[in-house]
Amino acid sequence: MARQYETVIGLEVHVELATKTKIFCGCSTAFGGAPNTHTCPVCTGMPGSLPVLNKQVVEYAMAVGLATGCQINQYCKFDRKNYFYPDNPQNYQISQLYLPICHDGGIEIETASGRKVIGIHEIHMEEDAGKLIHDEWDDCTLVDYNRSGVPLIEIVSEPDMRSAEEVIAYLDKLRLIVQYLGASDCKLQEGSMRADVNLSVREVGAKEFGTRTEMKNLNSFKAIARAIDGERARQIELLEEGKPVIQETRRWDDNKEYSYPMRSKEDAHDYRYFPDPDLVPVVISDEWLQAVRDRQPELRTEKLARYKKEFDIPEYDAEILTGSKRLADVFEETTALCGKPKKVSNWLMGETLRLLKEEGMEPEELTFAPEHLAKLIELTDAGTINQTVAKEVFEKIFYEDVEPERYVEEHGLKMVSDDGVLRTVVEGVIAANPQSVSDYRGGKEKALGFLVGQTMKQMKGRANPGAVNQLLRELLG
Amino acid sequence: MIRKREVSVREAVQESLDCVAALDGTLNCFVTLDGERALARADEVQRGIDDGTLGGPLAGVPVAVKDNICTEGLRTTCSSKILYNFVPPYSAEAVCNLNAAGGVIIGKTNMDEFAMGSTTETSAFGVTRNPWDPEHVPGGSSGGSCAAVASCEVPYALGSDTGGSIRQPGSFCGVTGLKPTYGTVSRYGLIAYGSSLDQIGPIAKDISDCAAILEMLASYDKKDSTSVKREAYDFTSALVDDVKGMKIGIPSDYLGDGLDPEVEAAVRKAADVLRQKGAIVEEFQLSLVEYAIPAYYVIASAEASSNLARFDGVKYGYRAPEYEGLHSMYKRSRSEGFGEEVKRRIMLGSFVLSSGYYDAYYLKALRTKALIKQSFDRAFENYDVILGPVAPNTAPRLGESLSDPLKMYLGDIYTISVNLAGLPGVSVPCGTDAKGLPIGVQLIGDCFQEKKIIRAAYAYEQARGSWQGPADLEKRCDRIPEHAASGEAAGPESACVSKEVG
Repeated sequence: MARQYETVIGLEVHVELATKTKIFCGCSTAFGGAPNTHTCPVCTGMPGSLPVLNKQVVEYAMAVGLATGCQINQYCKFDRKNYFYPDNPQNYQISQLYLPICHDGGIEIETASGRKVIGIHEIHMEEDAGKLIHDEWDDCTLVDYNRSGVPLIEIVSEPDMRSAEEVIAYLDKLRLIVQYLGASDCKLQEGSMRADVNLSVREVGAKEFGTRTEMKNLNSFKAIARAIDGERARQIELLEEGKPVIQETRRWDDNKEYSYPMRSKEDAHDYRYFPDPDLVPVVISDEWLQAVRDRQPELRTEKLARYKKEFDIPEYDAEILTGSKRLADVFEETTALCGKPKKVSNWLMGETLRLLKEEGMEPEELTFAPEHLAKLIELTDAGTINQTVAKEVFEKIFYEDVEPERYVEEHGLKMVSDDGVLRTVVEGVIAANPQSVSDYRGGKEKALGFLVGQTMKQMKGRANPGAVNQLLRELLG
Repeated sequence: MIRKREVSVREAVQESLDCVAALDGTLNCFVTLDGERALARADEVQRGIDDGTLGGPLAGVPVAVKDNICTEGLRTTCSSKILYNFVPPYSAEAVCNLNAAGGVIIGKTNMDEFAMGSTTETSAFGVTRNPWDPEHVPGGSSGGSCAAVASCEVPYALGSDTGGSIRQPGSFCGVTGLKPTYGTVSRYGLIAYGSSLDQIGPIAKDISDCAAILEMLASYDKKDSTSVKREAYDFTSALVDDVKGMKIGIPSDYLGDGLDPEVEAAVRKAADVLRQKGAIVEEFQLSLVEYAIPAYYVIASAEASSNLARFDGVKYGYRAPEYEGLHSMYKRSRSEGFGEEVKRRIMLGSFVLSSGYYDAYYLKALRTKALIKQSFDRAFENYDVILGPVAPNTAPRLGESLSDPLKMYLGDIYTISVNLAGLPGVSVPCGTDAKGLPIGVQLIGDCFQEKKIIRAAYAYEQARGSWQGPADLEKRCDRIPEHAASGEAAGPESACVSKEVG
């Protein structure tokens, strides 16, 4: 009988923090500046420069630690991780090894197989490296230090996950927690959230873990799922053939759906960690910790429970809306303005998600003002515009954040209910469509719909559909 | 004299430059001279003095800066080939303070490469010679700064002290050198050797000058996380000739074995002077003295191995002309760019931090450091000031020390523990040996107690008499042909590290 295997997975997740300035200097963390414009002597490793810790980094790390049930080390230190690489200007990275800021936490995930807590071993603060750009034309490599010194936290899980499904659930939960805290936008594609997967397999029932590999270069949840399945299959195949799994770092190629060895344990670096003598220990007072605790916002789980209780919207909607901090914020702000949760939810669940999908955008990228959506709902409810026009105006709000009332005014989109105007148009439509008229009279109810459509078309969508319907029935009756 | 308008700033600066022109061919105190800009700066400072915007005691006074302290627009090499062309785009905080006080930097002084050494012989720009006897070393690593002050090329200079690098050459050159409490002078812009031990400090003829210079250098600096916000930055008020009742301890473990009898006699004589002035002087056991050297070389080398990793040929400084690929560029640039002593310490430091050795060496050294601090804490429960020798010997002959690095390391025994404990210490000239070479006495204070050692030094100086430099300096220098000072490393094979006098 074939042997049964179990997959054991632990994750190292890097999250780029949303601070305005870098972790050890005052340079901007903004994305996309011209190369080496967001730099100074500190983040380019000039001789004699010294790091000074950004307090906001500590607060974000604490906030994430608290939200994931971690213990906070109120006396923590920075260590130097020594290795030579040109993207690392000092040839050491300032990180935390001996006393990381958070440790021993966990978060609960829910999958088809039920609820489960995934342990968090530690969270530590560190600096990001620069970026190497290979110039094919001149055959040389250039370095951009704009990203050098951008603050990161690394969240190291326990090896508690057993499937790709659990991994995705864990990452999704983690992403939401961090986004809700405002600590990062957590975009996998842009690299503001990166996950390395440590994976081993063992026979079901075995007590010892198998030899693990670490996989890097995973740029989407889908890639992570594929990499896990691919690596699991590769390791099982090795074991079935009686070959050993080698402890090594592998690079996942999502196009080829295969991982390639980067370096084995034998040629792994000896990082020669030691406490950074340029930085003093971070001492977190009880008061500081309490202040951060007091500022913790409502997180997803609590928000979802509140939505179910507070708003009369379907459970499914509540889950989708709270599944993105931005979407939830827009929902709450708009609802607070117009007092119509159901209608706000409909706009977000319907048109908003449709347009996001069409544009390949994330809800986090929504830019329109909640005031404008609230106004649109008000205009619709008041009968100032009809549903068709509302959708058109909403698109304008979605893309250009226009003020709806002025837009409707300027473009003459107000709903026309005036009997005289409508009557003239309807009479014209009846005259122009004798076939439909006789169909309707012959009992084909559908033909009426066509005539309503024709009228709306002539009215450029602005007609009051109820009034048109009534007029047609009257004139044909 | 400048304040009294007896001398203009330009005249003072020109006099300094003339003196350098006359002596430095032999002494080789300077790696880079900045005469033209110094004169322009002199006029600017003069205007400031004239219109009253600059008024401190150091306004318009020429100064030399050790070449590991960054000076904007002025080459800063650490006396290493690997930084032969490095022109910093910023100044160290200490230099900013100096500029704000109206100081006029005339150039950058020679040192042991990256401050690693006790003789100023490991410089890639040739050895510096001792003005008292050019056949002898000036000590190190701030040898260029101390020799420049001793020879009156400049009235004062800035040095840095990681294990004695201000006090020991101060003693060898017969000048006064003060290492402040760790955290007193900002390290921003000081090119790090051992970050947890490095401090910038003043080198001058006497303690009055040192106190005034320290007052100008010291500041709380947000750019340096290890900078300490002190309650007061006033040091000159301690220049009082009164040590009545001051308790001074002499560690008996500093005396005897390994200490030159002539040095011991001079140090004891200095203690007697203070006793006669009313201080209570007694000997005591400091303990752990013999552990300071191994702890220091482990900690300083470990930090140095990481601090010096950034010199890799990628961003600035020396890059090997020929290489194949990245790793070859790293290896060649660093192999060719660093000197022997620096490489020795990088290797030592990398070793003690390696996995499997970290606990046995680095952690143990940190624990030893903590114990040494405790033994000083106990001593300062009983004494205001600790008095002892600066170095076991007077300045050795050129070439004598480098042949035996271990012996050279042991020469740091009285200065190193002061850095490990973060304490302030000052070296004060207290006589000469039979060969006419200067001897220094060291006064050590508890953390932030600079004023106590300044007071003791001042009282001692009042009894000793005013500062005496080497007599017939030009005659002494004439015995040595010009440019004989330039060592191998500055030879024609590396034109890039030739002395730059501009």
